[in-house]
Amino acid sequence: MSSLSFDVAHLLAGGLVLVSFMMLYQDRLYALLNMFALHAFVLALSVAWQAYIQVAPHLYVTAAIALLFKAIVIPVALHRMVVRLGIHREIETVVGVGLTMLAGMGLVALSMVVMLRITPEADPLAREDLAFALSVLLLGLLIMVTRRNAVSQVVGFMSLENGLILAATGAKGMPLVVEISVAFSILIAFIVIGIFLFRIRERFDTVDVGALDSFRGERR
Amino acid sequence: MTALPFDAVSAILLIPICTAGLLALLPGYRLSARLNVLASFLTLLSASLLFAARPEANQYLFVDDLNVVFVVLNTFVGFTTSVFSASYIAHELETGRLTPTYLRFYHAMYQVMMFGMNLALVSNNLGLMWVAVELATLSTVLMVGIYRTHEALEAAWKYFILGSVGIALALFGTILVYMAARPVVGEGIDAMVWTVVIEKVAKFDPALLNVAFIFLLLGYGTKVGLAPLHAWLPDAHAEGPTPISAVLSGLLLNVALYAVLRFKMLLAASPGAIAPGPLMVTMGLTSLIFAGFMLYRRRDIKRMFAYSSIEHMGIIAFAFGMGGPLANFAGLLHMTMHSLTKSAIFFAVGHIAQVKGTQKIADIRGLTETHPVLGWGLVLGVVAIAGMPPLGIFMSEFLVVSSTFAREPLLAIPLVGGLLVAFGALFLRLGGLAFGTPSGSLAPVEASYVPMFAHLVLVFVAGVYLPAPLVTWFQHVAHLLG
Repeated sequence: MSSLSFDVAHLLAGGLVLVSFMMLYQDRLYALLNMFALHAFVLALSVAWQAYIQVAPHLYVTAAIALLFKAIVIPVALHRMVVRLGIHREIETVVGVGLTMLAGMGLVALSMVVMLRITPEADPLAREDLAFALSVLLLGLLIMVTRRNAVSQVVGFMSLENGLILAATGAKGMPLVVEISVAFSILIAFIVIGIFLFRIRERFDTVDVGALDSFRGERR
Repeated sequence: MTALPFDAVSAILLIPICTAGLLALLPGYRLSARLNVLASFLTLLSASLLFAARPEANQYLFVDDLNVVFVVLNTFVGFTTSVFSASYIAHELETGRLTPTYLRFYHAMYQVMMFGMNLALVSNNLGLMWVAVELATLSTVLMVGIYRTHEALEAAWKYFILGSVGIALALFGTILVYMAARPVVGEGIDAMVWTVVIEKVAKFDPALLNVAFIFLLLGYGTKVGLAPLHAWLPDAHAEGPTPISAVLSGLLLNVALYAVLRFKMLLAASPGAIAPGPLMVTMGLTSLIFAGFMLYRRRDIKRMFAYSSIEHMGIIAFAFGMGGPLANFAGLLHMTMHSLTKSAIFFAVGHIAQVKGTQKIADIRGLTETHPVLGWGLVLGVVAIAGMPPLGIFMSEFLVVSSTFAREPLLAIPLVGGLLVAFGALFLRLGGLAFGTPSGSLAPVEASYVPMFAHLVLVFVAGVYLPAPLVTWFQHVAHLLG
């Protein structure tokens, strides 16, 4: 493998982690959605690059799905939903920005330590891809944990899935079945989430998950 | 492929998925309910044909001695639940909790869920298994939220978010297994095929497998409902329609556990990898003790039995984590008995909640006087689930405890403690439910008692006498599990 192709792959995967960090401190929904679009865009580039260097044409499909569906369709749809729900105000974060960023750095360090230590024999690109993918996954989890708003939790979940796709494409020759299934599951997941948001809107007039907590079944 | 005129494995997949399509189109709930029962019955028949002849493994599907047990149990409870569901939903329509459109959707989803679970059980491909578990989860999420009340939506949302995170972690674990397999098996589909992977797993990089197993245990463990990843489970059980609570407890948890077991077998076959047992033992014990104490504070009847499910999944995970022929045998038996008993309890609870119009334990009293058949059915079920002799769960719990005493006496102390705590809680609540001064509606209940008593009779028979072929079969499977 030439060092250029390695460097570009490295850059794109690292870029994904960076955008994950940027999503972490966005305190407005619009900004968060824009960041997510950027996240999906970087993912599409990274997947396309993998398709190119692995000479695996089917990965272009995954890249196209990431670009069209996740970088364009979903952010636009969520934008509209946010407008219609009238929640373009600030996101409440549970912990402060500083603490969240520190936790994020800790998670990235953790995934580097874990993944790089256990994969000394794998080829360097795959192992660093895996380390980055795990970072993106953990950062996605962190976004979900620190947000109370249903829309931003969904965004966090989708960034987590982006990390999974990065891992799946980084693993050379991973069967097509899995990639398509990942894409499909995102589609299904989004439909489900869409239905849920509609229903939540219909029933609660809020998408703040914190409000849902007050309806605990035990306290009827 | 087989000596049979048709392929039984395709049948258990095609019948549910085709029926789901049909049910989505058919109006009229009576017809749909009957069709649902019929399809489930045909699936059960095809599943039992797997005992006679099984097709050879291919890259996507296979049947071996382990998963045939799960498949038959799955289709059997799926069938009895569809019978129960037919008598349950008519009432839901009358009270207006469900509209005909939703009911159509419900029946279609029921079969989609059966398809997902059967596919997960017979898949020979780690990726396919993941997709199938995801499918089964999504269909149950939709059904949990079907009443569209505040509580139901909250439960479905929670289930969906936690389930998705779990399934995402499981996918990451699956990718890591592929990474470990690739240098040995080569690129492409073969590196995801379970029967290929298990043969060559000894040469895989053990460090990668270790990390993969952690992710898989956390991911699929969320679905099993092991503490501390169980938060979705009580809500999902309490707020969805009761037939769904029955299949969630009786089946979906088993399917997730099956996935964990498959990967445990992979790790066990790799000499350099960590022993997966202690992790499962720890999670199992935590679940058991935690759920045992949580049982005391329940005020909602379905929620209480959901916690009891966490407790029993803990015992099963504990038994499989201990490993060895005896503990594995006990785990298999316990899983079967728990599926049968817990779904029988939910059948009773479903009708009770309908006739009383509430799920609050405080408002349901003196059932044995007002509704003797249901009341005594519930008593029997609770006696069984609490592990009283001579019912089946007593025997399996006894085996778990005695095998633990023989090997790790120190672990047996918290195990027995947890069992006793849960035992006390269940009987504390049962007293009021079954024998207090009658309260609430005295209206007669239109119920089909057949599924409930069929399960209880099976549990009773298994407790008194286990047929020799079944014992040999389970022993064989226990050896396979290592």
